[in-house]
Amino acid sequence: MGKMMSSLFRHPSGRIGLVIIGLYLLAAILGTLGLTPHDPLKLFAIDRLKAPSQTYWFGTDLLGRDAFSRLMVGIRQSMLIAFASVAIATIAGTIIGLLSAWWGGIWDGIFMRVMDVLLAFPAILLALLIIAIVGPGTMTSVAAIAIVYTPIFARVVRGPALSLKQRDFVDAARTFGSSQGYVLTRHLLLNLVAPLVVQVTLALAWALLTEAGLSFLGLGTQPPTPSLGLMLAESRNLMTHAPWLMIFPAVTIMLGILGFNLTGDALRDILDPRTQRREA
Amino acid sequence: MSYVVQRLLTFPLILLGVSILVFVAIRLVPGDAITAMLGTEAGLLTPVQRETLAAYFGIDQPIWAQYLRWLTGLFQGDLGISSIYGKPVLTVILERFPLTLQLSLMSMVIALSVGVPLGVLAASRNERPSDLVVRVLAMLGQSTPNFVVGILIIYVLSVFFGFVPAMGTFTPLFTDPLASIAQLIFPAITLGFAFAASVTRISRSAMLDVLSDDYVRTARSKGASPMSVIWHHALPNALIPVVTLSGVEFGYLLGGAVIVEQIFALPGLGRLVLDAITQRDYALVQGTVLFIAFNFLVVNLLVDLAYVALDPRIRIGRR
Repeated sequence: MGKMMSSLFRHPSGRIGLVIIGLYLLAAILGTLGLTPHDPLKLFAIDRLKAPSQTYWFGTDLLGRDAFSRLMVGIRQSMLIAFASVAIATIAGTIIGLLSAWWGGIWDGIFMRVMDVLLAFPAILLALLIIAIVGPGTMTSVAAIAIVYTPIFARVVRGPALSLKQRDFVDAARTFGSSQGYVLTRHLLLNLVAPLVVQVTLALAWALLTEAGLSFLGLGTQPPTPSLGLMLAESRNLMTHAPWLMIFPAVTIMLGILGFNLTGDALRDILDPRTQRREA
Repeated sequence: MSYVVQRLLTFPLILLGVSILVFVAIRLVPGDAITAMLGTEAGLLTPVQRETLAAYFGIDQPIWAQYLRWLTGLFQGDLGISSIYGKPVLTVILERFPLTLQLSLMSMVIALSVGVPLGVLAASRNERPSDLVVRVLAMLGQSTPNFVVGILIIYVLSVFFGFVPAMGTFTPLFTDPLASIAQLIFPAITLGFAFAASVTRISRSAMLDVLSDDYVRTARSKGASPMSVIWHHALPNALIPVVTLSGVEFGYLLGGAVIVEQIFALPGLGRLVLDAITQRDYALVQGTVLFIAFNFLVVNLLVDLAYVALDPRIRIGRR
């Protein structure tokens, strides 16, 4: 792990990506602890629509709330949803993919066809369908994004797991009596860490994007909790008068996604030497 | 079993699964269908009226019987009646589809005409400044959500050019082709932005792969000009992954660009889904979701078949 981090830091885009992720995690932690410059929900009625200044670093919105503090809490909200949903998708997808490959036969057929059905929906549509059933909210966003990405992880795991299953060391382990669980976790799962790490990082970028999209539509995080997508959506009618309300959330969303994309690409370069020279 | 046959056999199976999922999902919505249909007026119904209505819509039957009835309807092109529009769901969908189709095609044209040349340029100047510039741009493009692009475009247009894109209505292509294309050009650029970035990245990496192949070296050593090597020898093979990517992306776009249609107030398929969901028109949600998933599956199937046709090495097993 430490070795991976240091080679990631030596990779040019990995370094930029890590710095961005670090800053976002810092903002998220400070936002959670309430260490924002102002109360993100407090209305400074006389300071409505103020341009960025010493007091309000990124300006204030229509209700006089501090945009910078709201962005920090928005980042926390985005990161929370992204990490929670990707964690669920990784665990569920890995279990499904592993068992599919291990059991094979009819189970493999059933599991993978169910995954195919889920993959038949464009991601945002599946998320919207889930929101239609359960109603919008933070938990719904997490569940929706998790369900969208589970089949992707199942596929990422199943392929390599199938070929690992054929390898001699797995046979050997089974012959001298290792339990199924031991072989699955020790011999299969550990060897799948590399492709999984890359996929997790890229999925985090997509989760951030999807979360921002859902909250932009008003179907993600519900007000008054600040969210990046909603801040951007609210800025639309004010963009000519208060462009800072649009620019900062837009850049915040973009940079966050960029950070995870850069890190994911760098990880792919580092972990898979074949792609080293190709990936942009 | 060959890959093509396997793919064709599982297609109806997956479609059936999709229809079950959509059907069951809509029935999971809390509250009964009659209340959903009539809203507050449902409270005025007598129990007898309720039963009559339930029998009329067939919702007094067990769920599998309802599903079979719905499925039979599907085969006859009957997706039910939309409660928002008071028209058959299929009619509403087909009214919205031309815009989405045209928008998807325009975005794809933009993405390919920007992405392929940039990717080829970057690959032929590997590790030189112009390659790095293209790679940075592509990375940025891929990390920018389309609603951010859309809002920035509207901002730049309105603040610097005093121009507001036409919104709300849509001129069909065959009524007035120029007006129609002009109306969709900014939404198409918005959607084509990230798409172009992916095309750039994939054509660059595919091109680099091909450029190191033996037959390209042969072409070079027999004295073909660098231009001819790139455009005639390498590009056709490098295009295979580009075709796959564009196909899959096109399949996504056909599902309607929910967010971009919302930003530019375009009456396409994406807006329809969103309206159906927010206004709880379940027949419409069910119909549009199924329609979109069907398109998506068909496009993906075609892409896979095209892939096999273009690259005969892939005939057996899954990718």
